[in-house]
Amino acid sequence: MDFLNAIILLLNYIFIPALTYGSQLALGAIFVTLIYGILRFANFATGDMMSFGTMATILFTWYFQSLGVSLGVLPTALLAIPFGIILMILYMLLIDKFVFKYYRHQKSPPVQFAMVSIGVMFVTQAVVRIIIGPSDRRFFDGEKFIIKAREFKEMTGLNEGLALKSTQVITIFVTIVLVSLLFWFLNRTKTGKSMKAYSDNEDLALLSGIDPKKIVLVTWVIAGILATIGGVLYGLDKSFKPFTYFNNMLPIFAAAIVGGIGNPFGAFLGGYVIAFSEILLTYAYKKFFMYILPESMEPNSLVQLLSTDYKFAVSFSILVIVLIYRPSGIFKGKVL
Amino acid sequence: MRKNLNVIAAYSIMMVLILMVGIFQSWNIALSIFNLCLISAVMTMGANIQWGYAGLINFGIMGYTALGGLAAVLISVDPVQEAWRAGGFDILMCLWLIIVMVLVIRFILKNFEKSKLRTYSIAALIITGIIIIRVTAEPGIEKIEAVNPATTGFLGGFGLPIIFSWIVGALFAGGLAFIVGKVALGLRADYLAIATLLISEIVIAIIKHEDWLTRGVKNVIGLKRPAPYEVDLQTTDWFIKLVEKFNSGKLSVIENLADRQAALNQLVIEGSSIFVKLCYSGLFLVVVIILLILTQKALYSPWGRMMRAIRDNEEAANAMGKNVVKQHLLIFILGSAIVGIAGAMLVTQDGLFTPGSYRPMRYTFLIWVMVIVGGSGNNFGAILGGFVVWFLWIEAAPISMFLINFFTAGIPETNAIKAHLIESVPYFRFLLMGLGLLFIMRYRPKGILPEKIEIK
Repeated sequence: MDFLNAIILLLNYIFIPALTYGSQLALGAIFVTLIYGILRFANFATGDMMSFGTMATILFTWYFQSLGVSLGVLPTALLAIPFGIILMILYMLLIDKFVFKYYRHQKSPPVQFAMVSIGVMFVTQAVVRIIIGPSDRRFFDGEKFIIKAREFKEMTGLNEGLALKSTQVITIFVTIVLVSLLFWFLNRTKTGKSMKAYSDNEDLALLSGIDPKKIVLVTWVIAGILATIGGVLYGLDKSFKPFTYFNNMLPIFAAAIVGGIGNPFGAFLGGYVIAFSEILLTYAYKKFFMYILPESMEPNSLVQLLSTDYKFAVSFSILVIVLIYRPSGIFKGKVL
Repeated sequence: MRKNLNVIAAYSIMMVLILMVGIFQSWNIALSIFNLCLISAVMTMGANIQWGYAGLINFGIMGYTALGGLAAVLISVDPVQEAWRAGGFDILMCLWLIIVMVLVIRFILKNFEKSKLRTYSIAALIITGIIIIRVTAEPGIEKIEAVNPATTGFLGGFGLPIIFSWIVGALFAGGLAFIVGKVALGLRADYLAIATLLISEIVIAIIKHEDWLTRGVKNVIGLKRPAPYEVDLQTTDWFIKLVEKFNSGKLSVIENLADRQAALNQLVIEGSSIFVKLCYSGLFLVVVIILLILTQKALYSPWGRMMRAIRDNEEAANAMGKNVVKQHLLIFILGSAIVGIAGAMLVTQDGLFTPGSYRPMRYTFLIWVMVIVGGSGNNFGAILGGFVVWFLWIEAAPISMFLINFFTAGIPETNAIKAHLIESVPYFRFLLMGLGLLFIMRYRPKGILPEKIEIK
């Protein structure tokens, strides 16, 4: 019984939250990696682009709510996502046309692109804050829990409860569907393959008749989908605040690089690596040991490797270590 | 004279703008903008040395600024004797343990060949080391933080004049830059940018949460000042006389004696805060001028030429026998140290240390906008960038307020869109910065005052 309690404890406080957070990071990391692999720059506006997409979705959610349209137990935001994506893609294409295109034609070095993306970051941040304001916004509606902790306890007779939020299930489900679709697209369709070819060797790809304009367009479309959905899932699970989204850029970068930048599958796994290590290293295991160890050996302290204040620092340290010892990432991305 | 015309013109325009703020808004605002412009200029010079001279990208400016600020706290605050007695020994033990750990790792690295076993044993050593250090430090930290937590709860500093912290801040930042440089300088440019950005976040996390050292988010307030206090000035005879003399024309118009005294008191209160700000301006100006002279000398020295050679063609410089790695490390340390000075100056001016206020937007990306807008590789450009960007950053709200009112003049006050726009005026500064950066990068990629190398 104690053993089961211990497992439920870990499931409730480590596994499910980390899986959810990891999925949110993974979508952002694939976005970063695609931009890096195909357009060849580190996009510092990642977090703010995600917040723009989320903002667009929130605006449509409010509109639907005012019309009285809803999905019942599911959040209305799911209905609004497609419209948010369209707005996000339009914004990205606008930015690309007026900003990035010029530098692409000039064949500017990546550093210059990165600087330009900082300009885009400032502008996007301003746009989001001017439109929706800087404050915290919750836009979740519908049923909050699938299983409540108390009900679970009554059902199984265990001491530990397992709470399963509907946002967690939605996040994991949507991520699986979206990522499978994406990999199918990249590996099986002609456009996806030509994108890969373009990423591997631009000149050869151009020689074999691949249209660079189309590649760039498709990349931004996929990026828009990933950014919006990743942002909305994060916002549904926690809450929407432009500043938090800007900060999320850092663990997302960490995930993309840990997984090997330019490698979408690596980025996908990188998200989970970052999320799990953040939560595993900062969780206090006292209760867990109380269940599995005999009473005489129970620990006095919290058995916490690092205090939760250092959550972000953990993922950054992992990234720094990976950068130093294996700059191509765990799953071998582009060697830089 | 002729060839420096654009520099002189740019600086004159800037000064006129600040004077206009003084005339139309108030001299207090103008001087506080001017002081922060000077501090920004120091930061920009640090970043410019790294980016403009050597082409190294450092997105960790926030971390070095915060370390400079930490130096100001550790130098100027009086030591908290009680806390030292309670937990000082544990902390010193910890420090000693860290030194031992580093020495052991160095020893292993030097004396054993590279192998999997070595890597794993070092990793194991670091993990056990961290656990042992945590166990040793915990009781001490708890005791220190329990000492009068409302006002102290930390070890305090050395109780020296705060001016010294400007040098110590440089040393702290340089020390951190040494470690970061050793670790990260081999990376490609955009990786280096991300790595330094994340390392600076780690530094901030440590400063925010190690309460025994920095009081963390509880902030340290009431730091000593190198300048006199306003309250003291208001009761000092010579200062009152000075204010009277300056405003004798204004005062002599007032006939009634009591009214005149009241007016004088008001003027003294205003004058005292202006006087204090002027003291700071003087100190900061000295720093900026010294740094400007040094960096200018360096730029035109053989060393400066070598740095440019390395920046423009690393392989060729390497082939000519220049030690690229060593020079990169050196310039990384120098630039970061200058940023550290600026960090200490900032805390000195504010008189308080708030770890929560260090955010990458304000302390890293804004500084980079200054460098790019001003003109990388040109010290005068870097300083000008600091002035222009900080001025716009502060004055963006009034300017956009004016523009909104101008364009929506026909719309009534109750209009929802107009009210919303007026409410979000503070965020137009981001828009202004972003657009400014994008336009400068597109149409004047070398900045307002481009780099100009002349062989003398």
